[in-house]
Amino acid sequence: MQRSRFGLGWMTVVFLFLYLPIFTLVVFSFNDSKLATQWGGFTLKWYAEILNDREVREALWLSLKIAFLTATASVVLGTLAAFAMVRYTKFKGRTLFSGMVNAPLVMPEVIIGLSLLLMLVSVQRAFGVPERGVLTIWLGHSLLGMAYAAVVVQSRLLELDKSLEEAAMDLGCRPHEVFRLVTLPMIAPSLLSAWLLTFTISLDDVVLSAFLSGPGSTTLPIVIFSRARLGMSPTINAIAAIMIFIVAAGVIFGSLWLARAEKRRAEEQAAAYREALPSP
Amino acid sequence: MTNAAVAVQHQSVKADDSFLTIRKLTKKFGDVAAVDAVSLNIRKGEIFAMLGASGCGKSTLLRMLAGFEIPSSGAIVLEGQDITSLPPYERPINMMFQSYALFPHLTVEQNIAFGLERDGMPKGDITTRVTEMLELTQLKQFAKRKPHQLSGGQQQRVALARSLAKRPKLLLLDEPLGALDKKLREQTQIELVNIIDKVGVTCVMVTHDQEEAMTMASRIAVMKSGGFLQVGPPREIYETPATKYVADFIGNVNLFKGTLSVDEPDHVVIQTPECQHFVSHGITGTLGMDVHVALRPEKISLQKKAPTPQERESAREDGFNCVQGIVKNVSYLGSYTTYHVKLSTGTTLKVMNTNDARHDDHRLDWDDSVYAWWDGSDVVVLTQ
Ligand SMILES: Nc1ncnc2c1ncn2[C@@H]1O[C@H](COP(=O)(O)OP(=O)(O)OP(=O)(O)O)[C@@H](O)[C@H]1O
Ligand SMILES: [Mg+2]
Repeated sequence: MQRSRFGLGWMTVVFLFLYLPIFTLVVFSFNDSKLATQWGGFTLKWYAEILNDREVREALWLSLKIAFLTATASVVLGTLAAFAMVRYTKFKGRTLFSGMVNAPLVMPEVIIGLSLLLMLVSVQRAFGVPERGVLTIWLGHSLLGMAYAAVVVQSRLLELDKSLEEAAMDLGCRPHEVFRLVTLPMIAPSLLSAWLLTFTISLDDVVLSAFLSGPGSTTLPIVIFSRARLGMSPTINAIAAIMIFIVAAGVIFGSLWLARAEKRRAEEQAAAYREALPSP
Repeated sequence: MTNAAVAVQHQSVKADDSFLTIRKLTKKFGDVAAVDAVSLNIRKGEIFAMLGASGCGKSTLLRMLAGFEIPSSGAIVLEGQDITSLPPYERPINMMFQSYALFPHLTVEQNIAFGLERDGMPKGDITTRVTEMLELTQLKQFAKRKPHQLSGGQQQRVALARSLAKRPKLLLLDEPLGALDKKLREQTQIELVNIIDKVGVTCVMVTHDQEEAMTMASRIAVMKSGGFLQVGPPREIYETPATKYVADFIGNVNLFKGTLSVDEPDHVVIQTPECQHFVSHGITGTLGMDVHVALRPEKISLQKKAPTPQERESAREDGFNCVQGIVKNVSYLGSYTTYHVKLSTGTTLKVMNTNDARHDDHRLDWDDSVYAWWDGSDVVVLTQ
C-alpha cells in the first residue's frame, strides 16, 4: 500500500515533468500577450500570423514533403533490409550487413550529419551534383529512417509463422509471389507503424537537416530553432502546437484504429468457438 | 498366359507398388543426420503413417517430400518422375500443416481457391472446384468467413480442403489432428480417413500419437533417430513387433529379459527370473543368447485359484507361462480393468481384462494373491 502510493507519486512527477512543458507551450500559443510568462487572455492571432508568414508556411510544406518522401523510402529500404536479415540467414557478411543497417540507431546524429556533409561536398566537387537541398536532406533522413523501419519490420517478420510462407509455396507460389500475396499483407500493419515513425522522425529532425540543407531549403524545425535563438516568441509556440497536433492526431487515430481492429477480431474469434460448441 | 501378358501384369504390379519411391534419403544438419538413409515404397491410394518420438526426424522426412528441405543425398521418385530437386511450387504434392497455416487475410473460399489461382485455372472452374471442396468438408456456411472466425475443428477442415483442392498426387499431413482436443480428435480421425478415401489420394502422414496412426493408416513406419525400425500394417506392428523399442512404443507391454534355454524348430523356451516362457513357434537364434520376451497385458489371464491343466492347454508343462503374485493396483476403466500384479522377483506385471460379466464373481481386489498365465502363441520373442 505504502509502496504503491509512493510509486504513484513518483510516476505523477515524471509525467508532469514530461508533459507539463508541452501543455504550457500549447496553452501559451493562445496567449494574447507578447510576454511568454504572463497570461493576457485568449487569442488566435499567432496562428493568423503564421498563416501570413511566408517563411514558416514554406518551411512547413517542405518539412511535410521531405517527411513523406523519407517515410516512403525508409519503409521500402527498411523492409528489404529486414527481409534479407530474417529470411536469408546464411549469406556471406550477414553480420556486417545487419550491423551496418542498425548502426545509424546508435551513431550520434552529429557524426552522421558531418560525415554525410563531407561526402556530399566532395561528390559535388567532383561531379557538380548533388546540390545541397531537398535531395540531400531526403538522403540523410532516409538513412536514419531505414534503420528504424528495419527494426520495426524485422520484429514483425520474426514473429510471423514461417509455415504461412511455406504453405503459399506449397500451393504454387514462386518466391516473389509469396512475398506479394502472403508476406506483404501479413506485415502491412508494421509497415504502417514504420511509416508513421519515420515520418515523425523526419518531421522533427534538426541536426541532419542543419548539416544537409542548402539555401532555400530550410525545414520547419530549423526555422523554429533559429527563431527561438533570437528569443521566444508566441508564434513559435503556435508553430510547435501545430506540429504537436499533427503528430498527436496521427498517433491517436492510428492506435484507436488498431485497438478497434484487435477488439473486433477477439470478439469474432470468441463467437466462432461459442458457435462450435454443441448447443444444449 | 502369354509372355506379353505376364510382362504387362508384372509391370503394372511394379508401377503400383512404387507410386512413391524413396531411395536412401538422408538429411544432415551439420554433422547430425536427422534422416538417415531411409528407403521406402508407397503404394497408390494408401495412407502411410510415420510414427515416432519427438526429434526422430519425421517432420524432416515429410518436409523433404514437400520440397522445403533439400536432401543431403538420396532420391525421391513420384510416379516414375524424379522430383528430388524440384522446388515445392512445382511438385504435384500438397501438405496440410500442423498449425494449418491458413492465410488470415483471406476468407475460407479464397484460402481454398489460392492454389487454383496460382495455376491460372479459369474463374468458372475455380468456383466449381471450391464449391465441391466446401461440400466435401461441410464448410458451405462458412465460405465467407475469415480463419479467425472459425473453431479449431473448422479450421482443420479448411486446411484439408485447401490441400485437396489442387487434386495433388500425394497429400502430406503433419500431425493433422495435433491441435485438436482429445474428444474432437477421435471423431475427426474417422472423418479425415473417409474424406481421403473418397478423394482416393495417396497420403503420407506424420504423428507421434500411436492411436491416431493405428486408426488412420494402412501401413505404419516406426521411426527412431532418423531411421525406420519396422514398417508394416498396424496389426502386424502391434502383434509382432520386431524390436524391444517398437514393442514398448506401440501400446502397453510387459517386457522380461532372459536367455534362450530350449531351441527346437517348432518351439522354444526362454528362461527369465520370473518363469519359464514356452513359445509355440521357432525363432532364429542360438542357445544361451540374451533375448527379451514381450507380453501384451490383454493376453494375460488372471484368477485366484491355480489354473487347471485344461485351462492352460498350450502351456504344456506345469510352471511354464504361469506366475504367482499379489494384486497391488486395480483401475476400473469401464469396459476393462487394469491390474498391477507384483511378482516375487519384484517385477510388476501389467494385466488388462475386459469386464464382460455384469456381476463378476471372480472380482479381484487389492492384496489378493493371484495366478497369472498366458498362451504360448501370445509370447513375442525379441532378439533386438
Ligand atoms: N533446421 C534445422 N536445423 C538444425 N537441426 C534441425 C533442423 N530441423 C530439425 N533439426 C533436428 O533434426 C532432428 C529431427 O527433427 P524433426 O523436426 O524431423 O523431428 P520430429 O520427429 O518431427 O519431432 P517432433 O515430434 O518434435 O516434431 C531433431 O534433432 C532436430 O533438432
Ligand atoms: Mg515434427
